[in-house]
Amino acid sequence: MAMKWEGKGFMESLPKIYAIYTGGFLAFFALMAVLEQFGLSARWIGILFVLFTLVVYAFIGVLSRTTAVEAYYVAGRSVPPVFNGMATAADWMSGASFVAMAGGVFMSGHPYMAFIVGWTGGYILIATLMAPYLRKFGCYTVPDFIGTRYGGRLTRFAAIVVLIVASFTYVTAQITATGTIAARAFQIPFEIGVWLGLFGILVCSMLGGMRAVTWTQVAQYIVLIIAYLIPIFWMSISQGFGFLPHLTYGSAVQRIMELEPVIGVGTAAVDSVEGLKALTTLHATPPEGALAAWQFVTLVFCMMVGTASLPHILMRYFTTPSVRDARSSVAWSLFFIFLLYFSAPALATFSKLQMIDPNLATSIIGSSIDKVMSLEWIQKWSDIGLLAIRDSNADGILQINEFFLNPDIIVLATPEMAGLPYVISGLVAAGGMAAAMSTADGLLLAMANTLSHDLYYKIIDPKAEVKRRLMTSRILLLIIGAGGAAVASLKLTGILGAVAWAFCFAMSGLFVPLVLGVWWKRANRPGALAGMIVGLGTGWWYLLAVRNPDAWYGLAKPWIGLDDIRFGVVGVTASALSMIVVTLLTPAPSEEIQRMVDDVRVPSGDTIIPSKA
Amino acid sequence: MLLHLTVWFIFAYVVHWFARDLNAINFFGWPLGYYMSAQGSLIVFVVQLFLFSRQQHAIDVKFGVEEKE
Repeated sequence: MAMKWEGKGFMESLPKIYAIYTGGFLAFFALMAVLEQFGLSARWIGILFVLFTLVVYAFIGVLSRTTAVEAYYVAGRSVPPVFNGMATAADWMSGASFVAMAGGVFMSGHPYMAFIVGWTGGYILIATLMAPYLRKFGCYTVPDFIGTRYGGRLTRFAAIVVLIVASFTYVTAQITATGTIAARAFQIPFEIGVWLGLFGILVCSMLGGMRAVTWTQVAQYIVLIIAYLIPIFWMSISQGFGFLPHLTYGSAVQRIMELEPVIGVGTAAVDSVEGLKALTTLHATPPEGALAAWQFVTLVFCMMVGTASLPHILMRYFTTPSVRDARSSVAWSLFFIFLLYFSAPALATFSKLQMIDPNLATSIIGSSIDKVMSLEWIQKWSDIGLLAIRDSNADGILQINEFFLNPDIIVLATPEMAGLPYVISGLVAAGGMAAAMSTADGLLLAMANTLSHDLYYKIIDPKAEVKRRLMTSRILLLIIGAGGAAVASLKLTGILGAVAWAFCFAMSGLFVPLVLGVWWKRANRPGALAGMIVGLGTGWWYLLAVRNPDAWYGLAKPWIGLDDIRFGVVGVTASALSMIVVTLLTPAPSEEIQRMVDDVRVPSGDTIIPSKA
Repeated sequence: MLLHLTVWFIFAYVVHWFARDLNAINFFGWPLGYYMSAQGSLIVFVVQLFLFSRQQHAIDVKFGVEEKE
């Protein structure tokens, strides 16, 4: 098939191509639904869903492979804003957003809504402070910007280190998510699932660089949003909240608030099961007191500023044709992300209500334990240790504090709880896979690109030829991917926790030098260096100190409620202070650099770094 | 732009600080504090970005620095 992946003709036919693709996916979904009626087993439906989508992504990846520099690093800077928005949305919404977030809201209630607010509001910062200016700059990677704006190899190197630390933390979380889903769908051990997930990820990003990743990410977005929305609409209709759940689920929230005191949510569990939790937090009522409010806003702050400093997201805005497109592309990204995020609380609400409302046939709280134990989904999930029931008061009736589960399974298990056909579960598994894979693709690419472009080409061997650079980038992808899978199979921390750490690392090291690089002409090299090193160093120290209160450098107790998922607040403050102080103590940057900063703020004209064909 | 950042600040932080008090108000069936974090703030952000993108372009045109195809 001789397809050109560039040029006007191709861009104009994009909507048609993806419309056909969406139709094809829905047809596949329908086929599976029919086959299920004819008795295709649940196991095979799961396998077919995951395999089918993997093959499609790999197919797109292979077709759009490339060896041209601009196409490999920034997709030829020709991606239209709406499609770039979709690709960014897929890049952005990871296993954490898809699999873990609704579960977090389900289990921990209002405090976890901070993730939803933070992960959308961050885009305001990107649009106003960063994306258009970085696009004008014309760089390939984020350290490329830092290195050129401030000058010096050491600055570039420091930026590389921050990028690798943040992205690597993030990528292990994604590989964990793909591993979990693959393990469930194929019924294989988690450790093998991890490597299988990695294989799928590498096929897309290895061959075609940014261009292949862009077009697979658009495809993955379509799958993941369909997979997320269908169960919500289904539950809303079957629970009697109408065809427009987003406008009407308010009464479902109220119903939960009425039921909570009746069934005794908030009573601590008597038993405890390792790794699982009983539901003890109220659904919509925030905890009392200023500390809780403070924790909410600091988490929002971390997630927002982290969003605006994550290199794999910023990198996506280097691919638009113009500065204006970069701006509208940010708006489209947020729109596509919003579609999923404003659905997540609805999912958590319906999922909880169907479990606790005695008027619904699916409810389990308050029924006899024997009856609950005979349900198929309860058995399946308890078999793999993600759910447990203990009859603490031995009355034979299931109370809310006798039901233990792992929050990460809510999204995956909801269709089964609601008694939907298994084909929906297969769809959700494929969606979760798409979400985790698309983010992992973007992250791996960000790391490999920066190592091959900034470390190898700009620092180690400036004379390296194009072919060699791209080859290095591919080999590095393999090595980093394998490293990530190896770390993921150790299961150090949960999905949501690892993701929050990645955000905090990125904001501690990169946010201040990036923003001041665009907005403060006086900012200079020693200042930027201090900002990155002190920021990352302080953040890291604080994380270790909070996690190990007994070690010699440990703090007895976190400062004003800033625990390990909020350490970015400390890091970014240290980074800003040190950068400003050091900059003011050292001479201003040269005339040339100052003129460059002026240029960045003007959209028209050439990019700062001349583009090479 | 400063106006946008102010609006952003209000809906990102100030509103949620008072979530507990706002929950006493009923907004089309939702407790208002919960609604703001589930949908309200998000809708504000999306609308804001599309506006921002248009306004910036208008400013570019006014000062004659817009990009020409």
